[in-house]
Amino acid sequence: MEKKSSLSIKSIVAIGIGAALFFVLGRFVAIPSPVPNTTINIQYGILGVFGVIYGPVVGILVGFIGHTLIDLSWGSPWWSWIIASAVFGLIIGLAKKKVDIEKGEFGTKQIIAFNLFQLVGHAVAWLVIAPALDILIYNEPTEKLLAQGLWAGASNFITTAIVGTILLAAYAKTRTKEGSLKQEK
Amino acid sequence: MSATLSYIEKNSFIHRMTGTTKLLFFLIWSIAAMMTYDTRVLVGMFVTGVILFVLSGLKWREVRFAVLFMAALIAINLIGIYLFSPEQGVRIYGTRHELVHLFWRYSIVAEQLFYMFNFMMKYLAVIPIALLFIMATNPSEFAASLNKIGVSYRVGYAVAIALRYIPDVQRDYHEISQAQQARGVDLSRKDKTFERLKNSAAILFPLVLSSLQRIEVISNAMELRGFGKQKKRTWIMEKPFVARDYAAVAFAVLALGISVGFMIHNGGRYFNPFV
Repeated sequence: MEKKSSLSIKSIVAIGIGAALFFVLGRFVAIPSPVPNTTINIQYGILGVFGVIYGPVVGILVGFIGHTLIDLSWGSPWWSWIIASAVFGLIIGLAKKKVDIEKGEFGTKQIIAFNLFQLVGHAVAWLVIAPALDILIYNEPTEKLLAQGLWAGASNFITTAIVGTILLAAYAKTRTKEGSLKQEK
Repeated sequence: MSATLSYIEKNSFIHRMTGTTKLLFFLIWSIAAMMTYDTRVLVGMFVTGVILFVLSGLKWREVRFAVLFMAALIAINLIGIYLFSPEQGVRIYGTRHELVHLFWRYSIVAEQLFYMFNFMMKYLAVIPIALLFIMATNPSEFAASLNKIGVSYRVGYAVAIALRYIPDVQRDYHEISQAQQARGVDLSRKDKTFERLKNSAAILFPLVLSSLQRIEVISNAMELRGFGKQKKRTWIMEKPFVARDYAAVAFAVLALGISVGFMIHNGGRYFNPFV
């Protein structure tokens, strides 16, 4: 009866709104960091939240579309880093099952699961995917790419840890806990 | 914000082309530039790009900020490459012609200069076409274009929603941020980095919750209108392909063909003048 699960309407809208949020935060909300000329990318915290709530497909597309729009608004897309963002969205989306935020529970166990997934996600995205593609496309020196990847990965990991965890904890409180209603006798 | 690039309505033959044509042209052009490292091809693509840009009637002052921004980005990348690996070019081209020795491991080597020049050209070859694509494509046509090149219309629609709601999200962010600032939440440099991050969550929290609510409202509205019932959909902004669209796509394919042809001719991605 149920047709094969292509994108549901809710996922489509979540991708659109998620990408818009990702864009606005990544493009206009620059929080200056202690290192000159760099800013803190809080959009990855949002990507983490959308991945956990809506799953991997939404994660991939929010990362891909959001990052592409940011790059296009600056002038020219850097495909290798766009794909890395999509991969991060995919990996954090896989945390949906483990965290299961809709149950309204976001305690120590879920916080650790979320942060483990996002640690793996950022490591794969910025230390594997982005450098590998940059070597493939531009043949840039590995040392430079690893330095870039370490910086991007570490700062994105920290922002996702802080922003993502706070937001998910707050979101969980808006969900109804399982078994929170009791029948009065 | 004036620094953001966006569509500017004009009446050139490039503006009259369908969005699909420009999307395809841009993608094929990007692939061609990403694949090759041949200086002759890259310079040719850059010059063609600049000519097309001039023909489109776009003005220098409309893109000046973006071009300067990207020039700075490329410069930072070039400096980074040199600092981390001053002999990358030697590794690629296999020979070493030292011009001047500077200090420690740094010297000026012809191969390195040539590699860095090609690296820069790889970006420059795409930038004029990317700018054209961004500034000469009507965003309302974009979803239809994506669908036409084979992307599922659901994804195309998601992109359309993103473009539609960016200004709304931006306005929400602005309102929430001002309300929170009035309550003493500081995002400026005056506070410590960690505090700023925590404070940004105070803005993000209402922003994300209102966005999640918006997702409910929009998806309910779409559901009520029967979105996704059919396998295909039509687009109000879709334009039919005419001769100039076929010509443009053929031109892009030709560029890709030349790029591949030179790779076969060189026996690799590199054009090596040193042997």
